[in-house]
Amino acid sequence: MPQLNIAMFPTQLFWLAVCFVALYLLVSYVIVPRLGSVLDERQRRIDDNLERATELKAEAETAIAVYEKALNEARSKAQETLREKTAAMQAEAEARSRSLGEKLAAEIKAGEARVAAAKEAAIQGVRGLAAEVAGDLASRLTAGAVDGAKASTAVDSVMGSR
Amino acid sequence: MASPLHQFEVTPLVPIHIGGVDLSFTNSSAFMVAAVGAAALFFIYGSKGRALVPGRWQSLAELTYEFVAGMVRENVGQEGRKYFPAVLSLFCFILFCNLLGLLPYSFTVTSHIIVTFALAFTAFIGVTLVGIMRHGLHFFSLFVPSGVSPVLLPLLIPIEIVSYLSRPVSLSVRLFANMMAGHTMMKVFASFILPLGVFGIAPFAIDVVLTGFEFGIAIIQAYIFTVLTCLYLHDAVHLH
Repeated sequence: MPQLNIAMFPTQLFWLAVCFVALYLLVSYVIVPRLGSVLDERQRRIDDNLERATELKAEAETAIAVYEKALNEARSKAQETLREKTAAMQAEAEARSRSLGEKLAAEIKAGEARVAAAKEAAIQGVRGLAAEVAGDLASRLTAGAVDGAKASTAVDSVMGSR
Repeated sequence: MASPLHQFEVTPLVPIHIGGVDLSFTNSSAFMVAAVGAAALFFIYGSKGRALVPGRWQSLAELTYEFVAGMVRENVGQEGRKYFPAVLSLFCFILFCNLLGLLPYSFTVTSHIIVTFALAFTAFIGVTLVGIMRHGLHFFSLFVPSGVSPVLLPLLIPIEIVSYLSRPVSLSVRLFANMMAGHTMMKVFASFILPLGVFGIAPFAIDVVLTGFEFGIAIIQAYIFTVLTCLYLHDAVHLH
């Protein structure tokens, strides 16, 4: 069995030491730094991109929140305005109808006053006419002049008794 | 017909004698140099582009790197980072020696017990030194199993010490025996192919299967050697 040939042990041990030390130096000073930096760089890039994505997502979410807030504000403002306008218009309408009512009431009152005056005037006219007619009739019946004042008093007493 | 063990013969290529010691550059030395060269080429060519999106070679190199890094991280933990180059060197050396040994007419460095024992012993000494440097004399509490009644300790401590000392032996014998057995078996079957004539197709088919099998073993044994070293390192760093 060649593995038990002790004469060949020193050369194998020597060259193993040389080769292994060479490989170790190569690995620790060339291979690990090189591959390590490549892998680190990739990991860094991935982390960076992930971070950026997270940031962008957060930004988008903030934008959405701001937009929704603005939307809500606008909506509530619109409702507020609507309510205010409705109230104002109602108040105005009430005021108008009230003033119209007052005006109408005043006009009714004035009209009633006019009607009353006209009635008074008419009654006065009727009285005068009645006194005249009564005086005229009395003079014709009695064939003498009738005192106008007396006739008027008589008419007044008749009308007043009614 | 050559003996199935002929492939394990170490033959000097360039005789070198220093102080009466034979340090000749042999076929074994040549394959060690080739393994180091292949590992260096694999990683340096693989990281040549430093591409953000790796190509095939870079993927392979990164995969190997990440595989060993993950092995160290899982078995040793964060403290294992500074031992990572040593573990990666160990893994690559064994892996490339095993794989190069699968080439026809090549020599398998790891089929020699002296080589695997030297590797295992180096790992063992390194791990023990790490343990002593980290914990001082407290390191030897590794041999005292916790939660055991003191009566049993005189029995258990020697067992623990023997099992600790047998680590390099089991580590080296496992690798050496696997490589040697596989290669011998392939050679035995191969030597049947021509004498059997037409029926040589049967041992030939077996050898084809064995070749695939041996690739798996080459990788798995490199992995086992390295992962056990990591576990020993874990013991030395964390003491249980």
